[in-house]
Amino acid sequence: MTALLFYVQASVAAAIIGLITSWYDRKLTARIQWRVGPPFLQPFFDFLKLLGKETIVPAAASRTTFIFAPLFGLASVGVVAAILMKQAFYPGTSFVGDLIVVIYFLAMPPAATIIGGFASGNPLASTGASREMKLILAYELPFILAIITAIIKTGTIEIGQIVSFQAANGSLALSLSGALALAVGFICMQAKLGFVPFDMAEAETEIMAGTFIEYSGPLLAALKLTKFMMFTVMPCFLITLFMGGFSSGIIPGLLKYIVLVTLVVLVKNTNPRLRIDQAVRFFWGPVTGIAIAAIVLAFCGY
Amino acid sequence: MNWKLYSLLKSPWVFHLSTGSCNNCDIEILDFLTPRYDAERFGIQLVGSPRHADILLVTGAMNRKAAPLAKKIYNQMAKPCLVIAFGACGCTQGIFEGSYAVAGTVDSEIPVDLYIPGCPPRPEAIIAGIARLISSIKEKKE
Ligand code: SF4
Repeated sequence: MTALLFYVQASVAAAIIGLITSWYDRKLTARIQWRVGPPFLQPFFDFLKLLGKETIVPAAASRTTFIFAPLFGLASVGVVAAILMKQAFYPGTSFVGDLIVVIYFLAMPPAATIIGGFASGNPLASTGASREMKLILAYELPFILAIITAIIKTGTIEIGQIVSFQAANGSLALSLSGALALAVGFICMQAKLGFVPFDMAEAETEIMAGTFIEYSGPLLAALKLTKFMMFTVMPCFLITLFMGGFSSGIIPGLLKYIVLVTLVVLVKNTNPRLRIDQAVRFFWGPVTGIAIAAIVLAFCGY
Repeated sequence: MNWKLYSLLKSPWVFHLSTGSCNNCDIEILDFLTPRYDAERFGIQLVGSPRHADILLVTGAMNRKAAPLAKKIYNQMAKPCLVIAFGACGCTQGIFEGSYAVAGTVDSEIPVDLYIPGCPPRPEAIIAGIARLISSIKEKKE
């Protein structure tokens, strides 16, 4: 019962932080483009408005899958938020193998958008879903290699122990292999969040929001919220793994988070969209190469 | 005013539909989204799918090919939604009046909530029009 309560609390907290982060993203984007940008409550209004609109299930869609896919993604990202937050607020409560659980649940939201996209029966959504699938195949390999680097360095698959290891020996990002793994993780995060240059799954200018195209009303709100929560959870995950976690207090933790989010937004605003074949080549070529180099360095003790 | 309408007026997402305009109106809409006029200040966003949109922005005289499609797109939108007829052509057929290719005006096909005249209307006119629409809806509800 308490676990369920904590799950709900963590999901709501991640959702609110995610909405604020998305405002920060839009405001920063606006300032980069020399505009004023949206007011602070804008993401909340967007969300509220979508909740109040009609939900349309297309005649060509398979109804159950279409409706449940977004909820499924939302619930999964909530689990990751709960695990990370429990670790941050109550150190020592993590369990062996929670890192593996987090990796699996982080793969769920993109999988849910793929399922939803295919279920909607729209050709553009299918195109988007197939691109998303190729993208997952591309970034998941270097992402897991980067995490394996952290496992080799710390010798554990428990998030709590990774954090306490870093508290004792300095954060992983300060070593050579850790820094390389963090860079790889950062690039994979950009792709996992579906931001430019890896937003070909929902490229508005060519396939009109791709996988999301048929969604409206509360279901679209759930999809957007999943994205925003991923935007909170992914940087927190990288901070926990490579940058010493949140054990050093609220202010340094917040600073780390803001730095990572700002970097994501800057990359997003200064790059053009890649084609899907370019993205796959990029991830399986240089990025995987760097990740393997990080693993070798970690084995040698650097 | 209920929360649904209030939040809708705070974040109107726009789907842009051309039903046979001369293209100048469409360029003026893009102008409206540039940093100089910055529509995002009001939460206005251009979206790619009618399913996501709250406002259908129709430019051009309704020609015979486009009329059934405009109706279809209007029916595909999630309600509640608003329709804006844009430009002299959208409001009254403009210079295309009397043409054999034109089926009617925008409001003869779908219910229109706001007319923005001009050939083409300036971006300021769009902002003024949307602000009028929002305040008139607020008044009506009170
Ligand atoms: S109103 Fe003027 S600018 Fe707009 S489509 Fe008609 S002719 Fe072109």
